[in-house]
Amino acid sequence: MTGGALRPYRAIISARFRMLLQYRAAAIAGLWTQLVFGLALIMIYQALYRSSPAAVQPMAFAQLASYVWLGQALLAMLPWNVDAEVRDMVRSGAIAYELARPVDLYGLWYARAVAQRTAPTVLRAAPMVVFAGFVLPLLGAADWQLAPPPSLAAGAGFVAALAAALALSCAISVLVNISLMWTLGSDGVVVLFTTTVALLSGLMIPLPLFPGWAQGALGWLPFAGVFDLPFRIYAGHLAAGDLAIVLARQLGWTVALIALGRWLLGRGMRRVVVQGG
Amino acid sequence: MPQIVVEQLVKTYQVAERTPGLWGAVRGVVRRRHRTVRALDGVSFAIERGELVGYIGPNGAGKSTTVKALSGILVPDGGRCEVAGRVPWLQRVAHVAEIGVVFGQRTQLWWDLPVIESFELLRDIYRVPPARYARSRDRMIGLLDLAPLLDVPVRQLSLGQRMRCDLAAALLHAPAILFLDEPTIGLDAVSKLAVRDFIKQLNRDEGVTVILTTHDLDDIEALCTRVMVIAHGKILSDGALEELRARVTRERWLTVDLVDPGVAIDDPEAAEIRRDGHRVCLAFDPQVVAPAELIRRITSRHAVRDLFVENPPIETIVARLYAAHGAAGDTGAGAP
Repeated sequence: MTGGALRPYRAIISARFRMLLQYRAAAIAGLWTQLVFGLALIMIYQALYRSSPAAVQPMAFAQLASYVWLGQALLAMLPWNVDAEVRDMVRSGAIAYELARPVDLYGLWYARAVAQRTAPTVLRAAPMVVFAGFVLPLLGAADWQLAPPPSLAAGAGFVAALAAALALSCAISVLVNISLMWTLGSDGVVVLFTTTVALLSGLMIPLPLFPGWAQGALGWLPFAGVFDLPFRIYAGHLAAGDLAIVLARQLGWTVALIALGRWLLGRGMRRVVVQGG
Repeated sequence: MPQIVVEQLVKTYQVAERTPGLWGAVRGVVRRRHRTVRALDGVSFAIERGELVGYIGPNGAGKSTTVKALSGILVPDGGRCEVAGRVPWLQRVAHVAEIGVVFGQRTQLWWDLPVIESFELLRDIYRVPPARYARSRDRMIGLLDLAPLLDVPVRQLSLGQRMRCDLAAALLHAPAILFLDEPTIGLDAVSKLAVRDFIKQLNRDEGVTVILTTHDLDDIEALCTRVMVIAHGKILSDGALEELRARVTRERWLTVDLVDPGVAIDDPEAAEIRRDGHRVCLAFDPQVVAPAELIRRITSRHAVRDLFVENPPIETIVARLYAAHGAAGDTGAGAP
């Protein structure tokens, strides 16, 4: 026999990845939007920081700038949208073919999500990092820049936490895709979810800036594990020593959400198959 | 022992019913009424290895439901079903590795990928060893004339081209059983013939068991030695096509294009069933009057431009089959 047990899933990831790399126009448009968004956010926070004493700020401005830029650079990694291919399959009924494949269905969908979360990120992250990390200082806006991590440990910790964030983000993405089976591709649920994720992950407002009473809940929700926790490790806002607890939270949520997704997918498939008797 | 055994298979669906109008929509949000539809109502049959079976019936009769149950996609509510000794929905992964499925209205190819890349993806999904894959790929390319299509993205294929590629895709892993759900739907005449030839050859040369659902009786006539008719979730007839025809009706249709549209054709052994300008359609029983004799009589009495004899279409056969089984209304579709 050739190939291991993972051969089908690897093949799906690689094929979807290559397909998604073709969407370069969307990547360029997204890049521009995120650039403007990043600059706007940073200017707003700068005004905010200047109007109040530094002593009460929950994170240093330089840390905040890095946090904002990471969010913009890695936006496509956030589980904020549905997989267009899955949406079309649910609408057309071609989803029946998914069950006709000799593979674990959840594994297949998780593999799709891995491609969905990595391919667009690869396209967008590098130019954003170049702009925020190198172009901005050259333009004389060094205080707005994406600074390198304060230590090697912070950098290494960020890489580990980002890998776990990807695993978690994919588990959430599969859940969003599964929701299509109940909503039949209507966008209502997704819009609601997009806003929720953007807010609770720290994309719009870095989570440390939320009021104290909200911190506990935000930190324990799964969304913090996707953006906020890895970003704070990068910026040195969380010590590298906190990495273990960050990873534990991320992976704990990943396991729980995979279990939930498996259960829901089984139920959803029974529903969808009815379409078109 | 037959390769496929189905006994008393039952599947019911809950269908949400909406009361029409705004008030109905508002009420529907709070409370929905459900109606039970028996898509399969005690379906039984057995199919031997290497058979080529046609499965026909009107829309919503239960054809696709049966195919989905047989291919492990759908869990029935009752009855027994074994395919090659396996219960499809209990041993889904092992089962689907040995069957091929084509749903004519949907493609299993990846829309944005060139055809050959879809094939390679399926090779990996089905874990086909490279040497075996190369053999069956080349064979499919030859049989279905796919060479010019391999580098074309699927979205740019015509329906006929896509169907040929879909057939190849369903067979790359060399399944022993092939389920075809309306494989000729929407195809032009040339593509239909190509698809039929291929199915026939596959069945004859490789002994692949084929179950084919269709609305096109020509598919059945060209391919199947055996045809099963389902309506309202029940098998109405199971046997050779000629048996089915003979059981339902011996009737044949003679369509005549008259030179003068106003003329009535009065023949004691042919009943006019339709008239559309110059064109008149007559029904007759070939055992009462031989087609040649009827044609001679009509052409001797009337100026005829053209004429042809045909079998009544599948809709007519099936409609009469209902009537014969007292299911003409909608009685079998399930009580509210």
